[in-house]
Amino acid sequence: MEPIIRVEGLTHTYGQDTPFCRSAVDGVSLEIYRGEFLGIIGHTGSGKSTLIQHLNGLLQPTVGKIYLDGRDIWADPKKIRDVRFRVGLVFQYPEYQLFEETAYKDIAFGPKNMGLDQDEIDRRVRAAARFAGLDEGLLEKSPFDLSGGQKRRVAIAGVIAMEPEVLILDEPSAGLDPAGRRSLLKNIKEYHRERGTTVVMVSHSMDEVAENVDRIIVLADAGVVMSGTPREVFSRAGELVAVGLDVPQVTRVAMALRQRGVDIDSAVYTVADLRRALNAVRGGTC
Amino acid sequence: MLKDITLGQFFPGNSLAHKLDPRTKLILTVVYIVGLFCAESFLSYGLMAALLIAGVRVSGVAPKALVRGLKPVLFIICFTAVLNLFYTPGEELVSFWIFTITKEGVLTAFFMVLRITMLIMGTFLLTYTTSPISLTDGMESLLNPLKKIRVPVHELAMMMSIALRFIPTLIEETDKIMSAQKARGADFESGSIIDRAKALVPILVPLFISAFRRADELAVAMECRCYHGGHGRTKLHVLHYQTRDYLVLSVYAVILAAVIVLARFGL
Repeated sequence: MEPIIRVEGLTHTYGQDTPFCRSAVDGVSLEIYRGEFLGIIGHTGSGKSTLIQHLNGLLQPTVGKIYLDGRDIWADPKKIRDVRFRVGLVFQYPEYQLFEETAYKDIAFGPKNMGLDQDEIDRRVRAAARFAGLDEGLLEKSPFDLSGGQKRRVAIAGVIAMEPEVLILDEPSAGLDPAGRRSLLKNIKEYHRERGTTVVMVSHSMDEVAENVDRIIVLADAGVVMSGTPREVFSRAGELVAVGLDVPQVTRVAMALRQRGVDIDSAVYTVADLRRALNAVRGGTC
Repeated sequence: MLKDITLGQFFPGNSLAHKLDPRTKLILTVVYIVGLFCAESFLSYGLMAALLIAGVRVSGVAPKALVRGLKPVLFIICFTAVLNLFYTPGEELVSFWIFTITKEGVLTAFFMVLRITMLIMGTFLLTYTTSPISLTDGMESLLNPLKKIRVPVHELAMMMSIALRFIPTLIEETDKIMSAQKARGADFESGSIIDRAKALVPILVPLFISAFRRADELAVAMECRCYHGGHGRTKLHVLHYQTRDYLVLSVYAVILAAVIVLARFGL
């Protein structure tokens, strides 16, 4: 697979020349492949948010380069807005950025900035609202009259409506109730499957990541410490714990069973995996 | 980036400048400003500059951080300098079209720039070395006599400390909202003045909403802890003047007196 985004030796230092000077990202190199669903995990303060703000050119690297489709995004700083349309970024708690009178207008903000015509904007707003799981009826409401979960969906739709080639979501399910989490993640997964665009999801919930992504990059202390499929990453449970992370709950159950003498495959990362493994132990009957 | 604005920021430290009583520092700052406006000659400006440099050295604040603090007011500094340069009557130096530059103008402009720069740096030194909490504590205690004429000193101090406390929060919030809107292609840098004013709406609306939300939350949190104004409220840290406060105050008093005396004699 060819990389759509390539990060090379990225370092970002905040507050240079003040006593608060520190590098949030230090010498990170990584690749994001076209069409994949990538998970970035790391504990609080590991540099996740700083890293992703470089991918669409909101932050400029102190040192290092970012290539989109093989081209340095800072080659022409005047064209950085185009990069932002191609790499859509949904911030953490995006509902605090809503400002328009209606949800429809808020979702249309991005496409309008792209200079699209009215029909195309309308098509994109409706398509984005569908992907984000918003009822058509909600579009004419004020975003401030919506519930927390609906506001979040409006904000996500606002980025999807730009039809970016890469969609980056920073903790999309943070602060939602379990049902809201599940349904939002289902929507994101469906979006990825239907549109085939690259999706990057930042999270610190191991369960969420294990259930959804193709590949994981683990950040700790401003650098990349691991990268690979969920199977590869979660098999190194000890190292994950050492950097303040964990393995999914079901993996912990399987590992605990193994410790008590049950002959079970402890390399399970989703509920479905665990069920299969348990059935294998019982002798293959469902 | 907005984050780089250092206005009103506190740099923690352990120097003499940090350890002084906030009341002492407030008095010093006021005295310093008075001194600046009294200074009229190279000699008195030199004294004031020496005081500032001594203050910076003692505080351990990086001079770079002080200079960067000047950036937001650079326009005002240039503006006053230009005005003074052209509008001071006196001995003519250069003259073209309707503009005349006088010797007095050059001198006034130079002193004006010096005065504003040093004024800002001096006040920055105060906020850099004094945490917002002790700053308002000091202010409240200095203004205490006004309580006798029913000035709500405590409430004013509380409002000020809340305002100071929320400056960094609001800056951070503005930064976040700006980034989020930029990620959707908002453009704050180009276009006519009207375009740019319009471009602020997507920032101001969310910012106001969150400010109101925060105010609400803070009010509830304060009520939960039985806050009901200043009456009968005691302090965790009671301010006490130390020997060093008296020492520093005396030194400043002498220098200020010197500046005023110098000004009297036209030096």
